[in-house]
Amino acid sequence: MNLTRRGAIALAFGAGAATMLPLRTWAATNNAEELIAAFTGGAATTEGGVTIGAPEIAENGNTVPVDVSAEGATAILIVAAGNPNAGVAEITFGPLAARSAAATRVRLAGTQDLVAVARMADGSYARASRNVKVTIGGCGG
Amino acid sequence: MAAVKPRVKVPSKASAGETITVKTLISHPMESGQRKDKDGNVIPRKIINTFAATFEGEEVIRIKVEPAVSANPYFEFDMKVPGTGTLAFAWTDDDGTVYTEDKKIEVA
Repeated sequence: MNLTRRGAIALAFGAGAATMLPLRTWAATNNAEELIAAFTGGAATTEGGVTIGAPEIAENGNTVPVDVSAEGATAILIVAAGNPNAGVAEITFGPLAARSAAATRVRLAGTQDLVAVARMADGSYARASRNVKVTIGGCGG
Repeated sequence: MAAVKPRVKVPSKASAGETITVKTLISHPMESGQRKDKDGNVIPRKIINTFAATFEGEEVIRIKVEPAVSANPYFEFDMKVPGTGTLAFAWTDDDGTVYTEDKKIEVA
């Protein structure tokens, strides 16, 4: 193949654009705030009243233990602000739940904030977030 | 694919009104729909999308699950035991399959 100067420049630009592309779609697809708005119906959230527990540093993003609790909550939404899809879980507590708390394990694509939004029995919403540093991402592609 | 096998940990005996901790785990790949195989084709999403626990027809907890939950999804919660009965668990797969598990709780 005969590589001309013009061809080489075009190639360099093309490669640059291709490597940037996945990063751009990553940021654009995260719908954390939309999910929270859909859950609260646009209502304002207050800080406090809900706690979210997760390790400060997670070595493996594939399984990060997370627990949430909120006194008197009927439902808790967990979202991951830095995942390709922000949704993690929506927990609804029935009449037999002893306390509004649950624990699970989640995947995190990278260092990011985990947000918990609780729907209280009186219809108000509480919100808490926690930053988790991830050494190895859990959404491998 | 390995058979999907639910495992739950529930105390078999409790006293009335007691709070017990229930731990559940189900073996499932939780394919997120984000990964690609070595030819660059997207592996289709296949996850458990709902988990529910009911005690004698009354709901204890219901979780809407997204792909961000890890493979072999684990859930832990607390419930109040009103009396003797069966705690029924159900995991709903994306393909419509429902995996179930029942545990008896006896009140002495």
